[in-house]
Amino acid sequence: MNNVAIPILALGLIAGAFAVFSVAIASITGPKRYNRARVDAYECGIEPTPQPMGGGRIPVKYYLTAMLFIVFDIEIVFLYPWAVSFDSLGIFGLFEMFLFSASVLVVYAYVWRRGGLEWD
Amino acid sequence: MSSALIADITAPSVNYYMLAPILIVLGGAVLSVLVEAFYPRESRRSAQIALVLTTLVVAFLAVLNIKVDAILGFTIVNSLAIDGVSVFLQGLIILSALVGALLISENRIDPLGDAFAAQSSALPGSEDELAFTERGWYQTEIWSLFLFSVGGMLIFPIANDLLTLFVALEVMSLPLYLLVGMARRRRLLSQEAALKYFVLGAFSSAFMLYGSALVYGFANSVELGDIAKALSASAANSNLMLVGGIFILIGLLFKVGAAPFHQWTPDVYQGAPTAITAFMSAGTKVAAFGALLRVFYVALSGLAWDLSAVLWAIAIITMLVGTIIGVAQSDIKRMLAYSSIAHAGFLLLGVIAQSKAALDGSLFYLAGYAFTSLGAFAVVSLVRDASGEANHLGQWAGLGKRSPVIASVFTLFLLALAGIPLTSGFVGKFAVFAAAYEKGLAPLVVVAVIASAIAGFFYVRVIVLMFFTDASGDEVSVVVPSFATAAAITITAVVTIVLGVIPQPVFDLLSNALFLK
Repeated sequence: MNNVAIPILALGLIAGAFAVFSVAIASITGPKRYNRARVDAYECGIEPTPQPMGGGRIPVKYYLTAMLFIVFDIEIVFLYPWAVSFDSLGIFGLFEMFLFSASVLVVYAYVWRRGGLEWD
Repeated sequence: MSSALIADITAPSVNYYMLAPILIVLGGAVLSVLVEAFYPRESRRSAQIALVLTTLVVAFLAVLNIKVDAILGFTIVNSLAIDGVSVFLQGLIILSALVGALLISENRIDPLGDAFAAQSSALPGSEDELAFTERGWYQTEIWSLFLFSVGGMLIFPIANDLLTLFVALEVMSLPLYLLVGMARRRRLLSQEAALKYFVLGAFSSAFMLYGSALVYGFANSVELGDIAKALSASAANSNLMLVGGIFILIGLLFKVGAAPFHQWTPDVYQGAPTAITAFMSAGTKVAAFGALLRVFYVALSGLAWDLSAVLWAIAIITMLVGTIIGVAQSDIKRMLAYSSIAHAGFLLLGVIAQSKAALDGSLFYLAGYAFTSLGAFAVVSLVRDASGEANHLGQWAGLGKRSPVIASVFTLFLLALAGIPLTSGFVGKFAVFAAAYEKGLAPLVVVAVIASAIAGFFYVRVIVLMFFTDASGDEVSVVVPSFATAAAITITAVVTIVLGVIPQPVFDLLSNALFLK
């Protein structure tokens, strides 16, 4: 119990202390120059585009991009453990991963054919 | 430590022969996505229908094939169990899906097209929507979604560990959430139903996942067999297991539509396109009860004593809510939804009774109910006025005089739902109630019989309305459907009668239906 939990707790404490310290030290020692961009949502200092129109609606194309990202994200999640135990899984694993990637590719083909990759 | 973990992972042995039905359906679903991507729009719809029907027929043949050779067991590291019950349920799900596919393919009864929005992404009431409808577009993605959902349903009742159970639940439910929101008529109602179904469904999935985590904490395994072993090995039942077990049951009871987790049922059944309602009321019910029976019979039987008070309460509430609130309904689809809640309550008797007879009875009940409910909703989709389906009960008045055939067929389905002899509903109810009585559940059986009597009232009320009441003057007509819907109604009516008159062949089929533990 203790030898497993103590390092985790210690790490949590250090992380928490670091976060508090960074915020505190920045507000104490940092320069205070205000401009409009600083109160915007954080997006690399650039104004968020496009501006939400008519009550804060956001174009649906962001949603498509996010969904497509999730598809590939999940693929990677499964690729990592396969890569780690590639040797023991052998040909079976290779074939299964091929099938899995192919089915992800089907989704990609669908999105591409339906114009999900065109921004405008 | 890490190297030891890696060495443990080896390639699982996969019995492709036993998995064939699932692989065929999911393979068909992937192909269907490819059809969506590469087929020209004009021929897409017919290609999809051909693909879906072929896939389901081949999958059904694959199920029959398993039955003949009777090679049964676990596969993929014990995550799926192929036994008598799974073969029966898979066959039943595929047959329900076939009838459901016939209903979904219907495009004659609505002058604008099929039951689905021309382009479901167009805002309801917008000019885009009008333009897409005028072009005669079809939302053919419904077919891919439908097949994926059927694939999930095939896995759900045969999942032998809690993780597979959860994945199957999501594969089954996610496409259904979308399909529910795609109605061509009354789109806002349909989208509202979809959102309610999604939010509540996600909520109950979270319960189930949390329950699985707690049970894993207790049993150190997610396999149903290991959970049963851990339960029998522990002297006193741990609270962890009790809470975890109840959470898993909440997730499953939500899917079968048992009170107090039934709130979504009337709204979703009413809002969804009627073909999808029909498919859901049959397929989801069968798959979810299959999973509930398996989890309860295989994994949680050691908890039966601790859970009995909870399950008794849920069964009684479900039967009473389904029947008493059902009496007050004025919308035919909502009435059938409450009827499905009441049937979930009757089926819970089979879950609680825990005997071979109760299992057989429940499986027979599911088979009868699936076809009856498919047929009833198919008839509902035919009675229309200028704005779409005429779902208000008042509009059904005098239907028996104008369309005696359709009214008679609907009467047959209502009598089967009420459990009148010579219909499948009677045999199923009798088998379940008798098995429950033998196991000493007499008080529950009394409640069930009273509830059946109350339910009988609202079924008979519709019959009286159709045959012995004069039409209110609304312009309601029974549309002549295409071959597909006519075939679906004929098949379901014949099955309802045949199962009621000669049920023995099905019970013979069920004689070796046991859960592999």
